[in-house]
Amino acid sequence: MNDKAVEPVTWETFAQGLWKENPVFVMMLGLCPALAVTNTAMNALAMGLATTFVLICSGFLVSLLRKVIPKQVRIASYIIIIATFVTMADYGIKAISLDLYQALGAFIQLIVVNCIILGRAEAYASKNTPLKAIVNGTGMGVGFTLALLCLGVVREVLGSGSLFGVMIMPERFQPWSIFVLPPGGFFVLAAWLMVFSYVRKRKTLAEAA
Amino acid sequence: MTDSTPPAVPAPASGVRLIVTLGGIAVFSGILLAMTYEFTKPYIARNESEALEAAVFDVLPGAVSRVNYRLDEQGLQQLDDDNVDQANLYAGIDGEGERVGFALPGEARGYADVIRVLYGYDHETRQIIGLKVLSSNETPGLGDRIIRDEDFQENFKSLDASLTHDIVTVKSGEKENPWEIDGISGATVSSVAIGKALRESTRTWLPKLSQALEEGP
Amino acid sequence: MDPSSPLFIFLNAFLINNFVLAMFLGLCPFLGVSGKIKTAGNMGIAVTFVMLVSSICAYGLNVVLSRYDLEFLRLISYIAVIASAVQLVEMAIKRFSPALFRALGIFLPLITTNCAILGLALFQTAREYNFVQSLAFALGAGAGFTLALLLMAGLREKLELAEVPDLARDAAMSLMIAGLLSLAFMGFAGLGG
Repeated sequence: MNDKAVEPVTWETFAQGLWKENPVFVMMLGLCPALAVTNTAMNALAMGLATTFVLICSGFLVSLLRKVIPKQVRIASYIIIIATFVTMADYGIKAISLDLYQALGAFIQLIVVNCIILGRAEAYASKNTPLKAIVNGTGMGVGFTLALLCLGVVREVLGSGSLFGVMIMPERFQPWSIFVLPPGGFFVLAAWLMVFSYVRKRKTLAEAA
Repeated sequence: MTDSTPPAVPAPASGVRLIVTLGGIAVFSGILLAMTYEFTKPYIARNESEALEAAVFDVLPGAVSRVNYRLDEQGLQQLDDDNVDQANLYAGIDGEGERVGFALPGEARGYADVIRVLYGYDHETRQIIGLKVLSSNETPGLGDRIIRDEDFQENFKSLDASLTHDIVTVKSGEKENPWEIDGISGATVSSVAIGKALRESTRTWLPKLSQALEEGP
Repeated sequence: MDPSSPLFIFLNAFLINNFVLAMFLGLCPFLGVSGKIKTAGNMGIAVTFVMLVSSICAYGLNVVLSRYDLEFLRLISYIAVIASAVQLVEMAIKRFSPALFRALGIFLPLITTNCAILGLALFQTAREYNFVQSLAFALGAGAGFTLALLLMAGLREKLELAEVPDLARDAAMSLMIAGLLSLAFMGFAGLGG
């Protein structure tokens, strides 16, 4: 098996998850939390960080055990590992802030079925060194968090007039509540996707020229 | 640089190896989780206790310390903080050691889900003196005005809870009696739910509380 | 209508707080599979069935875990149960309707990572539903999921003949439709009094 582990860790290992393979905007994975908890920027940030934590830890452990786990039970093993770290994140958030915990609700535990994590474990962590898995996991996590923040910031500013709880819109601004409601989530994501695809198109045209 | 020979297919692992690996991972994860649980337990308990205390002080203006009680068929029992999860009502004591009032819970279904409230009750004047929405999922900007709207909050500074009449939410601006709550127009379902929560909770708890207080400590 | 009655819980999960359009659960198959009405319908039925099985198992598991104070194992055990339930359903479908099995293809095992199933188990636990309420919840969620999928598939079929601007192809367009559907479903709020 061509073990990619011998390739060195590069900037690409990290940056992959930011732009080219951004989990939300490019790979369209992990949409459930992306829409459900981005009604405020704070929730979006917390969810992004929790997911990043699980990505890094599970990637590390899966990579560490990659030669030990038999092929037949690998998915089951990955899921147990991921579920463990998700539960840890769950209790961690509860211990840090009850308010945050209530705001995020069951979606913290739903990180375990976030296709990004299982996908990364299967496609990357099981085939690379722990160090590369950590770096790549961090990149993916940061990309995911940034995507969530894009959604969260827009939705909170337009939908509540605030940012991270601080009112930033002028008093006379009537918040567009739709944006913090479910339909708004869909619309904002659709808008960002269009922006993304426009920028990508311009980039490919520029590179081709 | 390409491989000249196809990669060797690893022999399928034996059943024993499968079970041992899975079992090993499961045991490791179980240990890790048990450790996390034990480690975070005190922090979580402290958070919950602080949140509860903040809520109690919110609905009982002037209170600086809290006493936990359990009210059931055996009467009113004081509980210490170790058994706080068995408490179903609380008292707030002010700086002079006088009781400001009791804090009781209530709940009713709102627009989206169940709304949970804590309200402050002054036994001397038979009035509700404060209300705090503990958890709600009401529509932001509309239903959640039960939390933000200051005029709505005014309703709960001296709401008649002598039970001569049921507490009820009326249309915005039509409040005439001290046991009525002025609703929020545009958030009817949510404000009616608050009225329902208070009505049912007062009807359930206040008679028992009066009886227990009369029977003495 | 009494909010704790099974009928209300069913309506709630089906229409008022539709699992896909209001609770954001089950989006991956919703955006990915729904191209043809028939496939969408079959997927919906398979998911509903898995939901029912998972709901019952989750209820039982929760009773056991609570009795022995092992709540921190809840997530892991739920996932294990769901994965097994999906395996069982897959084998059952393969046996009783090979045509359906082929039609669903890769999507069947993917139901395991469908947040709707785990979400169902977690919400049912958080809301402390009893057995009958849990069943009603699972049925409503499955029906709601199927309804959303069918609506999306129907709209997508119509869209294939429309002129969509390049930028908004595929995903963006599906999301905007989903947003409009979600908006429409908000009209169900207040149903059941």
